[in-house]
Amino acid sequence: MKLDAKVPPGPLPDKWDAHVDSIRLVGPRNRPRYRVIVVGTGLAGAAAASSLGALGYEVECFCFQDSPRRAHSIAAQGGINASKNYRNDGDSVFRLFTDTIKGGDFRAREANVYRLAQLSMSIIDQAVAQGVPFAREYGGMLANRSFGGVLVERTFYCRGETGQQLLLGATSALAKEIHDGHVRMHPRTEILDVVIVDGRARGVVVRDLVSGEVSSHAADAVVLATGGYCNVFFLSTMAKGCNVTATYRAWRRGAGFANPCFTQIHPTAIPAGSEHQSKLTLMSESLRNDGRVWVPRKQGDKRPPAEIPEAERLYFLEERYPRFGNLVPRDVAARNAKEVCDKGLGVGATGYGVYLDFRDAIQRLGVKTIEARYGNLFEMYERITDEDPRKAPMRIYPAPHYAMGGLWVDYNLMTTIPGLYAIGEANFSDHGANRLGASALMQALADGYFILPVTIADYLSRHPSGEVKADHPEFGRVEAEVRERTKRLLSVNGKRTVLSFHRELGQLMLDKCGIARNRAGLEEALRRIPQLREEFWRDVKVPGGEGELNQPLEHAGRVADLLEFAELMCLDALTREESCGCHLREEHQTEEGETKRDDERFANVSVWEYQEGAKPRLHQEPLAFEAVHLAQRNYKT
Amino acid sequence: MKFTLRIWRQDNAKGPGAFVSHGIDGISGDLSFLEMLDLLNEQLTGRGETPVAFDSDCREGVCGMCSLVINGRPHGPNALTTTCQLYMRHFRDGEEITVEPWRARAFPVLKDLVVDRAAFDRILEAGGYVTVHSGPKPDPNSMPVEPAIAEEALDAATCIGCGACVAACPNGAAMLFTAAKVSHLSLLPQGQPERYTRVVKMVEQMEKEGFGGCTNLGECEAACPKGISIKFIGRMNRDYFRAVLKEPIDRRGPMNAQ
Repeated sequence: MKLDAKVPPGPLPDKWDAHVDSIRLVGPRNRPRYRVIVVGTGLAGAAAASSLGALGYEVECFCFQDSPRRAHSIAAQGGINASKNYRNDGDSVFRLFTDTIKGGDFRAREANVYRLAQLSMSIIDQAVAQGVPFAREYGGMLANRSFGGVLVERTFYCRGETGQQLLLGATSALAKEIHDGHVRMHPRTEILDVVIVDGRARGVVVRDLVSGEVSSHAADAVVLATGGYCNVFFLSTMAKGCNVTATYRAWRRGAGFANPCFTQIHPTAIPAGSEHQSKLTLMSESLRNDGRVWVPRKQGDKRPPAEIPEAERLYFLEERYPRFGNLVPRDVAARNAKEVCDKGLGVGATGYGVYLDFRDAIQRLGVKTIEARYGNLFEMYERITDEDPRKAPMRIYPAPHYAMGGLWVDYNLMTTIPGLYAIGEANFSDHGANRLGASALMQALADGYFILPVTIADYLSRHPSGEVKADHPEFGRVEAEVRERTKRLLSVNGKRTVLSFHRELGQLMLDKCGIARNRAGLEEALRRIPQLREEFWRDVKVPGGEGELNQPLEHAGRVADLLEFAELMCLDALTREESCGCHLREEHQTEEGETKRDDERFANVSVWEYQEGAKPRLHQEPLAFEAVHLAQRNYKT
Repeated sequence: MKFTLRIWRQDNAKGPGAFVSHGIDGISGDLSFLEMLDLLNEQLTGRGETPVAFDSDCREGVCGMCSLVINGRPHGPNALTTTCQLYMRHFRDGEEITVEPWRARAFPVLKDLVVDRAAFDRILEAGGYVTVHSGPKPDPNSMPVEPAIAEEALDAATCIGCGACVAACPNGAAMLFTAAKVSHLSLLPQGQPERYTRVVKMVEQMEKEGFGGCTNLGECEAACPKGISIKFIGRMNRDYFRAVLKEPIDRRGPMNAQ
């Protein structure tokens, strides 16, 4: 596997424009001859499919939900970053770039991140033109708020539903292209494999989730916008359907998988309660703008929070990080919450929770102002916990939330398989080892609206269109493999349900490969995952048949892939002998308990290559830092 | 807690369906309704019976994938709550709970509690957008929007397209959904150029899909988990009448060669 990032030459600020000027294009008359498959209709997928459709390409778009507008980007609450500097607070493209590089703990590619910061402004312009109703100030100008890990206000928002509104914008553009016949939409259809012919991606094999029919679809290029894999932890903030199948199958077909162990654990979710709980609900990070995070100073202090006097409260983020306070980056906030809970200071029934308190903000600003800012989040919290955050502090705890790892892509967003692209959360992305708040929407839309539609032309223009059709024998072979796998899942007919395996895997991964990792734990996980997988294939019970709407079968296929992928995650976490961003190896900490990077050995991207019947092979893409000085992150002074 | 669940079971789109009773015990009040159904499915699978098919995805009340008519009410007894955010503490111990799919001609049942809501997508495809391609756009602050207008647009845009309004309406009308989508764009300056063609196209598509007519019963607003107001229906009707009562000027007709 050869890793060529194809970063254009020239000074950082000029790279993207120069690249666009120099790459090959496909003329408007030729575009309808090229067929492109887009899998997934979240922000990245919907933006890419609609943009490609509008350019005139023939687009086939797939999603497993019943409508493209339900993809999980819809659940992003807080906002989207852009370096508009509307607040006159010193923001700039360069500052957004450096914040993102530093926030990611120097594990992202400079050129990509700089491009992201440059394009951030066009995304806001695009979204507003589509009719996204961002919050406005009295004079009619766009409003902003602040997010973790930065000292400026550059986040644009629609109450607590920014992701929903941006996705409605993108899917409305997609709806137009569907109507105009440029995009053929296949809802309730799941991708089960990628088809490679002569070393190039030529299509996909999918299953219609209603009829159960397996079919082949050929194209000149395939774009995966299939999101992240945090459901490997079972309990996460991701939607129930989120899975790793598309990217994992692409990996098995030869695409490099980058940094699989980089998973973000978001600091502010509602803590898990019962053993039958099915998911964790996020409380937007924007709450940390006005909420203060604390625990009782005394172990096992069971008094109601209101009765604990000020002096006996430990505001652990404010004390430890006076400069950023409650607005430290996510990895730092999550790690500190776990630390105080491990010390026995946690609150709530399980002892794994910390308070997020609005008392002082309500005293200072009045309940009305706080209500206007966070009303819908308060309601959501109240609905789930039956407690009113206006009266008692919220209880929160970190939850798996976002996968920074993903398919390795070059500057053009192409994977190591020619013609196979990965965009949005599905690629290893621009967030390094930790994503800053309000950056996921930005990256997904930059990839989908502005980068991929241009860079894909360079690839397409070099090849004649329609070379391989779905009747090519390779499609038949992959289809047969997919059918065989489905039959195997249905024929085990054991005793344990798919869900019970998923829960067990999740618990194992959360313990051994969650907020903190160590050698012994990872090695244990690497022993237990194959055992669990073996048990799965021996004892799983998948009811129903193949040719029908069969939700347990869908779930079984996804869990089977997660059971293999989990091993790759642990292997990556074990190999990365340093701490960086979200990846805290307990062996590698500073004396103050902060992450300790090893830039000598690990200032690189770990890219794993699948090997049939052998351990995956590690390749490394070195990361050079020219514009930002490689330094220890400091959120204290 | 203990419940008897009377659930609509139907093998596929063709088959006749029927209510089947399933008992379930040991349910904590902190379980969501869907988690309770997950548990029921675990038990059914363990006993070699077919689990109940139902839709859900985000399970945080925003994707609009979950549905279910619970004891005769779409999304169950609580106001402003989707089924995924409904907790068992809101039911009485020992209660019999009836669970049905959305009932509407335009939403055919696919299996058990899963329905096909593609009609909504076709309404959106008919005109629920501002025609803009991806690419450079003017700075948003060059077109100020009064915050109250932006907020009202957001009140409409917050619709999650779940279909509860249709399921609640005795006529099976999709007026609240369509009105929310129409109003979101017709309130904003960006939506003005296509304002009148949009409303006509979307209403026409809505009628083609076989949804019923609106008779101002207001059941839709009461069932809407996002609290979308029926005032938007009035707004849509005004726009629709303006559009159809006057000959539309089609400025996009064929242009004369210069």
